[in-house]
Amino acid sequence: MSDSTVSTNGDYVNFYQYKGKHTGILGWLLSVDHKRIGLLYLGSMVTFFLVGMTLGFFMRLELWNPGQDIMGPQTYNALFTLHGIIMIFLVIIPGIPAGFGNFFLPIQIGAEDVSFPRLNLFSWYLYTIGGLLAVASLFLSGGPIDTGWTFYAPYSLRTGTEVIMPLMAAFILGFSSILTGVNFVTTVHRLRAPGMTFFKLPLFIWALYSTAWIQIIGTPIIGITILLVVVERLFGVGLFDPAMGGDPILFQHLFWIYSHPAVYIMILPAMGVVSEIIPTFARKTIFGYGAIAVSSIAIAFVGTLVWGHHMFTSGMSDESRWVYSFLTFIVALPSGVKIFNWVATMYKGSIKAETPFLYVMAFIFLFSIGGLTGLVLGSLATDVHLHDTYFVVAHFHYVMFGGTIFIFFAALHYWFPKMFGKMYNTKIANIALAIMVVGFNMLYFTFFILGYLGMPRRYYDYLPEFQGMHQFATVGSWVMIAGILLMFINLFLGLKNGKKSGNNPWGGMTLEWTVPSPPPLLNFKKIPTVKYGPYEYEHYDEVTNNVN
Amino acid sequence: MFETASDYAQNVDFVMLLIVGISVVLLLGITIAMIYFVFRYSRKRNPVAKQIHGNVILEIIWIVIPTIIVMVMFWYGYEGFQRLRADSEGAYEVKVYGFMWGWNFEYPNGKKNDTLYIPLGQKTKLVMTSRDVLHSFYIPAFRLKEDLVGGKSTFIVLEPSKTGSFDVACAEYCGLNHSRMYTKLHVLEDSEFDKWLKIGMPEEGKKDETKTLPKDSVKTEAILE
Ligand code: HEM
Ligand SMILES: [Cu+2]
Repeated sequence: MSDSTVSTNGDYVNFYQYKGKHTGILGWLLSVDHKRIGLLYLGSMVTFFLVGMTLGFFMRLELWNPGQDIMGPQTYNALFTLHGIIMIFLVIIPGIPAGFGNFFLPIQIGAEDVSFPRLNLFSWYLYTIGGLLAVASLFLSGGPIDTGWTFYAPYSLRTGTEVIMPLMAAFILGFSSILTGVNFVTTVHRLRAPGMTFFKLPLFIWALYSTAWIQIIGTPIIGITILLVVVERLFGVGLFDPAMGGDPILFQHLFWIYSHPAVYIMILPAMGVVSEIIPTFARKTIFGYGAIAVSSIAIAFVGTLVWGHHMFTSGMSDESRWVYSFLTFIVALPSGVKIFNWVATMYKGSIKAETPFLYVMAFIFLFSIGGLTGLVLGSLATDVHLHDTYFVVAHFHYVMFGGTIFIFFAALHYWFPKMFGKMYNTKIANIALAIMVVGFNMLYFTFFILGYLGMPRRYYDYLPEFQGMHQFATVGSWVMIAGILLMFINLFLGLKNGKKSGNNPWGGMTLEWTVPSPPPLLNFKKIPTVKYGPYEYEHYDEVTNNVN
Repeated sequence: MFETASDYAQNVDFVMLLIVGISVVLLLGITIAMIYFVFRYSRKRNPVAKQIHGNVILEIIWIVIPTIIVMVMFWYGYEGFQRLRADSEGAYEVKVYGFMWGWNFEYPNGKKNDTLYIPLGQKTKLVMTSRDVLHSFYIPAFRLKEDLVGGKSTFIVLEPSKTGSFDVACAEYCGLNHSRMYTKLHVLEDSEFDKWLKIGMPEEGKKDETKTLPKDSVKTEAILE
């Protein structure tokens, strides 16, 4: 039932073929088309991801034996710092919104582009400048930054390594994030197709919309905090340095006021993608649309109140500790509700477990582990033991990697045919996923146990009794990386010689599946009028036959 | 392997088991339901989906029950945590200084040392501060840690339930030798402890020269023998 649109493939100009003022590389670097900008982001992020992954590979290698294997402690400390900075600021925060959001937000709401296309391109330039500054800082005289991605004072004020440049990079990246947020909020408010009310928006859009608000509200705080550290480092005004009467805990508060909400910037868009993929492959309307949409907003706002749970052992007052613990448990609830809704959506569906759906299943499993171990860390008695151990490292990799990055991969496989008009080898994609999941759990589940046994994080060296588990984890990292590489190679081959995919290979119902693959420059021949909710499969034929 | 050295630590393990137990049930429930649905409602078996938009009662249930569950978890976590901290009256006080990259312990009688000795029969309150960047005093066997912050004092209360020697690590990243900031905590019978406290005086604790992994300050130990 999905192929009725294929015939239109021949007689239109898609956005790759379209000749604008510039051609070749300039046709990309100066294009204000949201689709090209989305692909620029995706390309940059995949590149940075591979760099971050390589750093992780070498860290694991160094931990094969206690003591020195292939690098000294200074190098190790720089590696985990760079790994963290790259994965957080260059991969996962721009992540799904900047890449897939740019490509699909306008199409899903029936718009020709975002509200401010030039600003959109400018955001990508800020992102690139930020990334290049971060790279350039490695070659400055001080040497690569070694503070950890959290930049805690007073260490960040005293280390001899180059701190100011990477901080300025993060500052600039923050602006990129804010401007994208502004663009998305405006676009969702102003450019929805006729008939597309807020409660007919696809859940991916709800997620992007909530995320955009956090970006706008939260990011200026980290920007200011970063500037304060720079000022403190340059002029020693005594804000955070206790030796000059400053307060290091103030820095932690300012840092986490942004950086906790930032974890929702990372996860909400992924949740949105999940809410797209499950209905498509189950041919079924989502269970509890309202609850999922509203819980995104709820998470966005309650999530701004729980930053203190990163600081249970920082020396803040015991009263704040229990208040933050309490709020943390409350904010866990909407995420749990979403998982129940997704699984319930599968009930009485008509499920075809194709590649993107399998990635989502892996996500639900891994993200649940991440979320549930979050409860262990939200509880005071257990967190005091586990804070800053490998247990935390395991927890956040399950959430950010098993959660967001797995869905980033799912989205790549889901929208690949739409973005490129071609299909990859689904069998190999599934095998790659299986390998990844096995390696992932070997690597990170071991960390939970190491953490409970008292292995602190950011350790170049460790007690001999931990060696067996460290080696097992390192072998896991090889397995996982093999899976990741297989996945990317397979996608790359699909890009080069994949078969034509048709316009709607999965049988999706949201608007992007009604336009040709790849879409034309302004997406629609004629802006559609929306009559039904995004997943009302009872109207599937009517919606998808109404083709552009 | 999962060594505990105090009733407090055992209680932490209990809270851990409680939360993990509930979590495992939830995880299995979610995973099994998901896998079952994928097979039971595969497109082959079930070619046409039934369009279910929601179910208010079900959705209320799965908000209310998890709310109760997490409140139980919160309570046990909170109660366990404040158990020792709320009542440190009359505890034996030892001062703890952290620096890059070592520890210093100072006793009420002026004795200083670089490994920590405490008596078994009494609560000990560690009053801590940092001489430079942040550190965190972490004793896995006691399931306790707390940061050391310059210009400010923080504390930990210990109530050991057995004698022995336990690892102490730095858990807040502090630069180059962060991973080599290990020292030892020795819990002694009260009489032994008193002996140690006196015999050691006025000898100053030697800085731990070990640049590799934890090694005890042999000197103080020798005095005890
Ligand atoms: C691709 C394979 C990956 C490997 C092998 C890996 C491995 C590691 C290792 C060994 C550490 C250091 C733990 C420590 O010494 O405390 C670490 C830290 C970290 N990782 Fe990963 N990781 C990977 C992917 C990711 C991803 C996808 C993300 C996020 C999207 C991520 C985010 C982080 C963060 C934020 C840190 C903390 C850095 C810090 O302590 O400052 N990692 N990772
Ligand atoms: Cu330290």
